[in-house]
Amino acid sequence: MKSLGNIRRSFAPWTDPDAKPFISFRNVTKKFGDFTAVDDLTLDIYHREFFALLGASGCGKSTLLRMLAGFERPTAGEIILDGQDIAGIPPYKRPVNMMFQSYALFPHMSVESNIGFGLRQDGMPKAEIAARVAQMLKLVKLEQFAKRKPHQLSGGQRQRVALARSLAKRPKVLLLDEPLGALDKKLREETQFELMDLQQELGLTFVVVTHDQEEAMTMADRIAVMSHGKVIQVATPAEIYEAPNSRFVADFIGDVNILDGKVSASGNGRIELATNEGFTVRTAAANAPATGSAAGFAIRPEKLKVTRAAPADASVNAAQGEIWDIGYLGDMTVFHVKLDSGKVVKASMLNAQREVEDPVAYDERVWVSFGETAGVVLKD
Amino acid sequence: MNSWSRFNIVSVVLGFTFLYLPIVLLVIFSFNESKLVTVWAGFSFKWYVSLFHNQGLMDAAWVTVRVGLLAASIATVLGTMAALALTRYTRFRGRLLFSGMVYAPLVMPEVITGLSLLLLFVAIGFDRGFWTVTLAHITFSMCFVTVVVQSRLLSFDRSIEEAALDLGATPVRTFFEVTLPVIAPAVLSGWMLALTLSLDDLVIASFTSGPGATTLPMKIYSQVRLGVTPEINAACTILIGLVAIGVVIASVMTKRREIQRQRDEQAAFAGR
Repeated sequence: MKSLGNIRRSFAPWTDPDAKPFISFRNVTKKFGDFTAVDDLTLDIYHREFFALLGASGCGKSTLLRMLAGFERPTAGEIILDGQDIAGIPPYKRPVNMMFQSYALFPHMSVESNIGFGLRQDGMPKAEIAARVAQMLKLVKLEQFAKRKPHQLSGGQRQRVALARSLAKRPKVLLLDEPLGALDKKLREETQFELMDLQQELGLTFVVVTHDQEEAMTMADRIAVMSHGKVIQVATPAEIYEAPNSRFVADFIGDVNILDGKVSASGNGRIELATNEGFTVRTAAANAPATGSAAGFAIRPEKLKVTRAAPADASVNAAQGEIWDIGYLGDMTVFHVKLDSGKVVKASMLNAQREVEDPVAYDERVWVSFGETAGVVLKD
Repeated sequence: MNSWSRFNIVSVVLGFTFLYLPIVLLVIFSFNESKLVTVWAGFSFKWYVSLFHNQGLMDAAWVTVRVGLLAASIATVLGTMAALALTRYTRFRGRLLFSGMVYAPLVMPEVITGLSLLLLFVAIGFDRGFWTVTLAHITFSMCFVTVVVQSRLLSFDRSIEEAALDLGATPVRTFFEVTLPVIAPAVLSGWMLALTLSLDDLVIASFTSGPGATTLPMKIYSQVRLGVTPEINAACTILIGLVAIGVVIASVMTKRREIQRQRDEQAAFAGR
C-alpha cells in the first residue's frame, strides 16, 4: 500500500484562491410546489475531492445530488461541471454516475450485465466491455459472482455491484446517495476505508450524501453541513468538529456542552464570558464578540476534566458539581455532572488503563475544569 | 390444527358440487354413444371425431383464435400504455377523469358496450365482420390489462429507471431494456386475461360481428337453440381441458419460481 496520508494532508485546493472548482452550485434554488428544498445555495467542489453533504433527512442534500445527476432541474441558479452549465443536459448525457441508496440493480440482469449496462449504452465493442467488466469485478472482489442475479447476493455484495456499475463508465464525478446506509456496522466501517482507497486510486471526485456524521467525518476531505436547504458550514472534518461556526453545527456534529453567558471582558485574542452557570470562562477567541453581548461557549465532553481536587486556578474555567450519571462504554467512560447551578454537563474520559484506581463514584462532589483553548465561542 | 369437522366437510362437498356438477355432467355426456344428450348409452369418442369434421364449428374456432390473439395483443399494448400514463404522470390535467373513464368498461353492462359499438360501426359505415369484433374486443379488454399492469407499476422501484438513465440509456432504451422486462410478468398476465375474455365473449361479439365472422361462443349458442348435440359437449370439453392445462402450467411455474427464488435468497444470506 502506498501511503495515502501524505497525499491527503497536502490536498487542500479550497485554500488556494487560484484553484478552479470542478463543480459549482451558483445561487441554486429548487422548489417543489410551495416547499423549498434547496434555498439559494452556492457551493464549490474541487477536482479529486471526497466531498460529503451531511444533514438530517429533508435538509435538501439528496435534492442537491439529484440535481447534479440530472433527475431534478434547479428552479433558479446554475450548476457548473468542469466549466459547463449542465442545467439543461439530461441525465443520460452527463459525465456523472450515481450509486443509489437502494442500489437500484437491474433485477433481471446478472451481475456482469449490470456492470456492463452503461458501457453497452455507449456502444463500446464487446471485447472491451468484457475486459472492463472483468476489471471492475476484480476491483470490488466479486469475480466468482459474475453470473449471479442480484437476488442471489447478500447486501454487502449488492452494494459492491452497485459501486462497480457506477464506476464502470469512469465518470468524472461519482455521486453516492447514502452508499453504506443498508449495511451493518462492521461492514460499513470496512467499506468506508475501501471507498476512500478507491477514490484515491482512481483519482475521481466523489460527492457523497449521508446523514451519518461518523461516515462523513471518516471519509470526506470536506463536509458541507446542511439544514433547511442551506449550507451552514463547509470545512474539513477537523474544523467542523473543533471550530463549528454555529450552534447548529456544534450541536449536530458529535456531543457538545453549550454554556450561555455574556462577554465580560475581551482583549489579546481572548475573552471572558460570565456564564449563566455562575462561573467565568476565559478562552481564546479569534474574532471576539463585543463586551456585553450575549454569546455561547461550546465545549466537547472529552475536553472536560473531572477531578476530586480543585484545579490550580479555580477562579476561571472550573465549576463544582456532583456526579449524576456514569456510562461505561468500554473505550471510555461518560460522566454526567450536575453543576451547582443545576445544569448537567457531559464529560468523557478515555480508559487508557484497564483498571482505574479509586474511580469517582455516583453522587460524589467533583470539579469540572478545562483549558483556555479547549472550547469555542459561538456568537449567535 | 383444526381437524375436519362434519360441518366443514359438508360445506366443501356442497360448494364443489355446486361449482362442478354441471361441468362434470357435460364432460361425461360428451363421451355418450347416444345422440340424446340426457340418456347414457355407452362410452364413445364419436362426437369428437364428428366435431373435427364439422366445418362450421372449426371455422368458428379459427375465427375466435384469430380475434383473441390479435385483440389481446393490441389491448395489451394500449392497456400498458394507459397504465404507464396513469401511474407516471400523476399531475396532468384531467387525470382523475381519464382513470375513471379507463375503468368504466369494467362495470359497464356488456349489452351497452356492444350496442354502442354497433351504433358506432353503423354510423361510420364500417362493414361488420372480423375487424369490428376485434376492435370491440380490444375496447373492452384493454381496461383489464390496465388494471393488472397498473397494480404492478405501483410497486415498481423507479430508481432502477433512474439508474438506467444515469448510465446513459435514453428514455426509450430505458423502457425497453429495464422497465418492460421487469413488468413483463404483469404484462403477460394482462395479455392472458384479455385473451380469455375475448375467447369466451358472446354478448359483444353478437352485437358487432357480421357475416363470415362467427366466433365459437356465438356458434355454440346458436346451435344450442336448435337443440344440444353431443358435438357441442365435446367442443366444450376440449375447451375446458385446454383451460385446465393452462391454469395448471401457470401455477406450477409460479410455484417453482417462488421456491427457486427462496432457495437463492437463503443461499445468498447464508454467505455464499
